[in-house]
Amino acid sequence: MTKVLVLRAPGINCDAEAAEALELAGATAERVHVNRLAEGSVQLADYGMLLIPGGFAYGDHLGAGRMLAVDLIYRLREDLSRFVADGRPVLGICNGFQVLVKTGLLPSDNVGQATLIDNASGNYECRWIKLGLNSASPCIFTQGLSGTLDLPVGHGEGRFLTDQATFEKLQANNQIVVQYLDQADQPTMEYPANPNGALHGIAGICNPAGNVFGLMPHPDRAFLPQHHPQWRRRGLDKEGPGMAIFRNGVRAMALV
Amino acid sequence: MSAYLVTVCPREADNHERLYLLAGDLSSEDVQRLTLELLHDPVAHTATWQALDAELAAPKAGALVEIAFRPGVTDNEAETILVGARHIGITGLKQAKTLRRVYVSAGQDEAVLRQYAGEHLLNDLIETAYITLEARSAERLQFYQHLLQLPAPHTPTVTRVALRGVSDSELERISREGILALSLAEMQAVRDYFEDLGRDPTDGELETLAQTWSEHCRHKTFRATISYQQTGSDGAIDPALHPALAELNAANGATINGLLNHYLRSATDAVSNAALLSAFVDNAGIVAFDENYEISFKVETHNHPSALEPFGGANTGVGGVVRDVLGVSAKPIAVTDVLCFGYPDLPESELSQGVLHPRRIREGVVAGVRDYGNKLGIPNVNGAVWYDHGYTANPLVFCGTLGIAPRGSHPRGVQPGDAIVVIGGRTGRDGIHGATFSSVELTHDTAETVGAAVQIGDPVTEKTVIDVLLQARDLGLYSAITDCGAGGLSSAVGEMGEETGAVVELRDVPLKYAGLQPWEIWISEAQERMVVSVPPQNVQTLLDLCRGEDVEATVIGHFTADGVLTVKHNQLTVVELDMAFLHSGGVQFKLNAAWQPAAKPAAKPANVDHNALLKATLGQPIVASNENIVRTYDHEVQAATVLKPLVGVDEDGPGDAGVLQPLVDSRRGVVLGCGLNPLYGKIDPYWMALAAVDEALRNIVAAGGDPEQTWILDNFCWGDPKLPDRLAGLVRASAGCHDAALAYRTPFISGKDSLNNEYRDAEGKRVAIPPTLLISAMALVPDVLQTISMDAKAAGNAIYLVGLTHDERGGAVSGLVGGIDNGAVPKVNLATAPSVHKAMHAAIRANSVRACHDLSEGGLAVAAAEMAFAGGFGLSLELSAVPTSTALSADALLWSESATRFLVEVAPEQAANFEAQLGTIAYAKIGHVIAEPRLIINDLAGQALIDSDLAALKAAWQA
Repeated sequence: MTKVLVLRAPGINCDAEAAEALELAGATAERVHVNRLAEGSVQLADYGMLLIPGGFAYGDHLGAGRMLAVDLIYRLREDLSRFVADGRPVLGICNGFQVLVKTGLLPSDNVGQATLIDNASGNYECRWIKLGLNSASPCIFTQGLSGTLDLPVGHGEGRFLTDQATFEKLQANNQIVVQYLDQADQPTMEYPANPNGALHGIAGICNPAGNVFGLMPHPDRAFLPQHHPQWRRRGLDKEGPGMAIFRNGVRAMALV
Repeated sequence: MSAYLVTVCPREADNHERLYLLAGDLSSEDVQRLTLELLHDPVAHTATWQALDAELAAPKAGALVEIAFRPGVTDNEAETILVGARHIGITGLKQAKTLRRVYVSAGQDEAVLRQYAGEHLLNDLIETAYITLEARSAERLQFYQHLLQLPAPHTPTVTRVALRGVSDSELERISREGILALSLAEMQAVRDYFEDLGRDPTDGELETLAQTWSEHCRHKTFRATISYQQTGSDGAIDPALHPALAELNAANGATINGLLNHYLRSATDAVSNAALLSAFVDNAGIVAFDENYEISFKVETHNHPSALEPFGGANTGVGGVVRDVLGVSAKPIAVTDVLCFGYPDLPESELSQGVLHPRRIREGVVAGVRDYGNKLGIPNVNGAVWYDHGYTANPLVFCGTLGIAPRGSHPRGVQPGDAIVVIGGRTGRDGIHGATFSSVELTHDTAETVGAAVQIGDPVTEKTVIDVLLQARDLGLYSAITDCGAGGLSSAVGEMGEETGAVVELRDVPLKYAGLQPWEIWISEAQERMVVSVPPQNVQTLLDLCRGEDVEATVIGHFTADGVLTVKHNQLTVVELDMAFLHSGGVQFKLNAAWQPAAKPAAKPANVDHNALLKATLGQPIVASNENIVRTYDHEVQAATVLKPLVGVDEDGPGDAGVLQPLVDSRRGVVLGCGLNPLYGKIDPYWMALAAVDEALRNIVAAGGDPEQTWILDNFCWGDPKLPDRLAGLVRASAGCHDAALAYRTPFISGKDSLNNEYRDAEGKRVAIPPTLLISAMALVPDVLQTISMDAKAAGNAIYLVGLTHDERGGAVSGLVGGIDNGAVPKVNLATAPSVHKAMHAAIRANSVRACHDLSEGGLAVAAAEMAFAGGFGLSLELSAVPTSTALSADALLWSESATRFLVEVAPEQAANFEAQLGTIAYAKIGHVIAEPRLIINDLAGQALIDSDLAALKAAWQA
């Protein structure tokens, strides 16, 4: 299957660029409102991949991603569980990551293990950051990738928070997929390299099976080479740094 | 009915809590579910909940402040709780309110605590608080019960205003006390009209006329006949280059038949081109982007509301201008903001009564712009912040929106029989009298009298409205569309039905709460509403589309063929007015303008330490870095931003313009820039206008935009135009816009004026803002890969200065921090400036330029410092090489703010190509990029006048 469902909901606002990036990666992307899934006029099972884009779903009023998570839990829990259990790829970007954490699909099938809260700076932050990739991670979106990745962030509630036991489990399972790096390429909690103060510089995690991936940075804003802020200084790359993640997802979708 | 209070406390030690007041047919199990599943995050918070009376019976230790929105003020989070409760199957929740509880380590004095809370914790205009040193349960219960009190039911009534036969002074009183902002002549015209009809007007009719004839909606000053006189002459003027200025210098003064037509529209008519699709007619100006798409651009101001409630004012300012672009059926793809504040270091003691401190205004305005733009998912890619003491009581908030639409997809064809459908937010008492309020001067007690004009926005509702309306556009479901802005439904329906007539049933308008009188429903400026005209066969499809995405859409009437505006509330006739009188019955104003040139400033000592002056100028708030603001705006969403607001090796240098690539499969781009300099306006608004147009174009050109494919917008913010000195400045600024547009062949496509930006303090002293003109520019580029940034790229490259420097230090920013202000305002040379821009653009298009930065506030010294520290390379420059027409002092060469100049970095192998592109334009190689991180500028004798470490300069700029 090559069809990706890009979820729309009140306040989701990065669906168009996510769909563009997926199309560039060879997929067919359909932007579908959550109400269509809830009423059953569109079936999640007809899609090979689910992408929950960035934005401010329901205004993020009760905590980022919270209301859309509640919506998914109450209206689509079974469809979503089956989709994940089938091993189909699910990608949550920024607000989508927050939704996945608050549904409990991340870190693993249980609510209340981790959360994302207000940035340590107290401010919304829009800037490009450097990520370190965990090449040992089972995450299907980063297979074959290692080293570093430049991506932009844009969020006010990106500080990943969990308890010590969950952190150790995440680490042991290689569920920590991407971390914010400092100038010496070490994971950091220092601002601004880590824009939100996330624990151990955690920028994105996957579930133990590796098919559900959520991250605060935006690969969907980095798919063309001219999206990179340094192209006028370093020269133009062949494509934007975010493309690798989408291509991996599309490749994995075809294999399920 | 039962009420509960939920307390959510962050686990990280903190002095505040969130409270949720929930009421309805709720069991304690319901409240437990609401708390656990919606209101608290177990990883980050602890939560408790109790029945309200039990909660309040328990005493709270210590001083605390509990803050809630006043009843009727938009509480978005509370609305979300109601939606969430439905999602989880709890139907008994009827009311939700959010509160903040702040624990204060205060002393023993309750009055001091109250003052502290008023100044730091809440805005009394929109919020109410329970403030105490020791909580007393009875008082607290009363406070909470008041929050839950619903508006009293009422009988809708229509009141007639006795206007026939009343005296002039009575007419003036009715206008003033009703905040109608109509002049005596206008009130007389209304009285005469109703005397002819043989009846008195209803409250709704009077309000409808006041909204439609408001300065905000009708631009009466810009349409007035103005008699202009001036003291002294502007000297020898070439009438071919400065036709409007020459006209003003006629011996007997000049008569201007409307600033809008005489200067702005006439200039656009003279220099219009095939790509210009709509100017001054629609809600936004529209130009062709390519064969398939069109781009629209609009800039608005939201000044008065931002003075009173900075967050809400700026918030709804963004929301409003986005709806303008939606009103031309376009998808919003960028927002811009230009903000003018008083100085942040103003001592509290110098603040007038009733005025918020500039720091608080800035904080609120920036948060308001951020909140709305980010939540709509529209990148903020261009803007500026200015400071002047004249903006302390009257901050300016300019908000712009750029849109894109398939060409020809914006319908403008209302037909009789088409349904009038209101889409989006519900109507409340909020925003009543916004249109007329914007035309009155602010005073120390304005906040009390027009509190309802201030609102909080709801960006998520607006986002859902955008989502459905763009689908409706693509499906061809509507025949016309407009935003519900100033004047509310009265203006929206009145304008759409001008050629046809309309019938509206106010009973059908969805309300936020009961208690509104018919006239209030009719003129409320409640946010997030659009009005569309829908052919009968499409109505159900549109309503289904909206319902499918949780957007409220309601038929409230239909267009007719009788030329009459009829508004009913059940059996009551609220309005019955001829469209012809409504739209043409106003009065053309006759105004007088008298120009007196500004006095030259006294000479200042000339011995300055240029290294110190450079640091002081870089740290002056007008020049200093705005990174702490820009970072909080999303400039990347929509994945189209290919030149960011912050540029350079560390991505923190001041970019000249924003560049967007709106379509993923085409590298065609849009460049956005702006120009504004009220310091020049204080000297002469004519030359300020030329400088503003030149600066906006310089921004465009420096980034690689094509000056011959550029369109501009004007936004005038001025004092009271009834005062001849204020008006004369406005005339001269408009004349400057005209002459600049002709010379550069750059059409104005849209404009707006905000007048009466004056403040009268408790002692009756009047303060007007500095004359302020914002020029916003939009240009097209065929290939975004040919756009460039301002940061120095490599050691060894040559640095050129393009354009002539004159001794023009009047209004120079360096003059505010110890440098010389010689009173000579920069005078754009219209004979050469357009060709300088063209040649500079040709050089960039020929790929001969590595970096280009325009010279503006702070002149050569600041531009060189910025180019150097943004790039992380030093510059070594010789003032002796700077091109001039007469010999100038080193001081003038460094600090003059002459227009039409660029600092350009060129690689050695491109030097010949670059020089060939410039041809006969004045330019010179003045130095080169060096590896050592220093800025070195040598004086005319080759001695270092400036020799400074880049880190120190950058630190001064970022301080």
